[in-house]
Amino acid sequence: MSEPKPLGRDDVAHVARLARLSLSEAELEMFTDQLARVVDHAGDIAALDVESVPPTAHPLPVRNVLRPDEPRPGLDRDEVLAAAPDSEAGRFKVPRIVGEAP
Amino acid sequence: MTSEGADASRDDQPDSALAIAAAVRSGERTAASVVEVSLGAIAARDPELHAFLHVASDHARAAAAAIDETVRAGRDPGPLAGVPVALKDNLCTRGVPTTCASKILEGWRPPYDATVVTRLQDAGAVVVGKTNLDEFAMGSSTENSCKGPTRHPMDPTRVPGGSSGGSAAAVAAGLVPLGLGSDTGGSVRQPAALCGVVGVKPTYGVVSRYGLVAFASSLDQIGPLARSVADAAVLFEVIAGHDPLDSTSLDEPVPRVTRVLEAGVEGLRVGVCNELVEGTSPDVARRVREAAEDLAKAGALVEEVSVPEMRFGLSAYYLIAPAEASSNLARYDGVRYGLRVDAPDVAAMNTATRTAGFGAEVKRRIMLGTYALSAGYYDAYYAKAQRVRTLLIRAFERAYERLDVLLGATSPTTAFEIGERVVDPLAMYMSDVCTIPSNLSGHPAMSVPFGTGEDGLPVGVQVLAPALHEEPMFQVAAALERAAAARAAAVPGGEGRR
Repeated sequence: MSEPKPLGRDDVAHVARLARLSLSEAELEMFTDQLARVVDHAGDIAALDVESVPPTAHPLPVRNVLRPDEPRPGLDRDEVLAAAPDSEAGRFKVPRIVGEAP
Repeated sequence: MTSEGADASRDDQPDSALAIAAAVRSGERTAASVVEVSLGAIAARDPELHAFLHVASDHARAAAAAIDETVRAGRDPGPLAGVPVALKDNLCTRGVPTTCASKILEGWRPPYDATVVTRLQDAGAVVVGKTNLDEFAMGSSTENSCKGPTRHPMDPTRVPGGSSGGSAAAVAAGLVPLGLGSDTGGSVRQPAALCGVVGVKPTYGVVSRYGLVAFASSLDQIGPLARSVADAAVLFEVIAGHDPLDSTSLDEPVPRVTRVLEAGVEGLRVGVCNELVEGTSPDVARRVREAAEDLAKAGALVEEVSVPEMRFGLSAYYLIAPAEASSNLARYDGVRYGLRVDAPDVAAMNTATRTAGFGAEVKRRIMLGTYALSAGYYDAYYAKAQRVRTLLIRAFERAYERLDVLLGATSPTTAFEIGERVVDPLAMYMSDVCTIPSNLSGHPAMSVPFGTGEDGLPVGVQVLAPALHEEPMFQVAAALERAAAARAAAVPGGEGRR
């Protein structure tokens, strides 16, 4: 596998958009410099040949965990909605998602 | 080595959790009087330390009164009866603010308790407050808090370590006998080492994560902070055990660590791990060697061992943890709880909320994780890091074929200056180089205070063990505690700064 190219300003702007973060020019500069150094440090493992080694997603051998499918009470709806920034008629309320507001 | 050396209950020391519980259970002291001592100490000392983000005085007094009522009624108040406990502010407490030291959760009161909180209450412990941390537990100094840093109890110009720096400082300063933290890459053990207290990261899955605000789910584990190994052992047994509310919780018997503390280390096989000594400062390395000598004198079979795969730990961790964080923190979107910054449509509202709500380190990790998971880089970074994790687990397993525990430093240095590493994230990340391997492998590890560095500040020695082998880990930790006390007693004024 070829070595990935170093992380640049465009990469940071791209991932910030994906992660829904807005960066000023100065922040973009600072984060690019800092993240490039961390990614450069990670080059030691990017250069390893570990194709024959299986990945670990969970450190201990736990199999699929299922519980009996029995109804039981969840959190109280009004209590949960009380913590939300905005709610209406027993639902979370958000600004418009597509098109014009009704 | 004498057993007198293990006696931590000298007159100038705050009470141990065990002593408090015994006195409350027997009716000699009331939980109400104990909680007032703790609240008084917090009021006197915390304006300087800033270990607490929220002091739950009313909740604590009500809980203490209920315990006293239980004692009066002749019922069992539990093994931690009346013991004040501080909780890292990423553990959910019903009706009590839980902020993760982030603007994005300011004012949030969770509608449920974390399982560890329920277990503490069932054991009779009294939650006195929520402690400071690096925002969402991302950091090694407690400087990345939206509420400002916590200061080291012995030197206010230094950090207490992190991310569980508030709990570690509160315990070290004697404000509470017990604290809980969370350890994703060393966040319990490293501040324990820097503050001179005991800190434990249990085997992944031994303590339920239900109600722990998620950072990196395959690495996060809740663990005890205490001033003695015995106190840490009791707290461990209270919080450990299977929980159906956490699907990664292990359905295995809880290691009975309180039973092994006096067992000694005769015949135990201890490996001093080169990778956890090389690269640490000379005074820290010297304490690790002294600890190994003391264990050998006490009858342990001590040898040097190398686990070379550990040198890839830092890189693997700083790909895997941010990747998981970027996914976990996607939930902070201004819809269900916490901050919302208004904007005309949902996408703009999400962006405005997250931009205003997250601090710089959290943004760095989210972007790093998004990068590691993004098309074109996933195979080179994230997938590789997960394979390296397997290599590390295999390397540990090879070492444990002939060793019971490993020994090394917890932190490469003693407590560093406030501001010293914030400008250089990679230098800050290096603070975790000795603790990260155990999170990647899922194995237990703990830090025990062992003397001081050249600056007079505490040094922690780390004991690592195979999965679910907390018993030999605590056995060795208890022996190290006795050895450290014997060394301190042998040197006049040799206990460092107080």
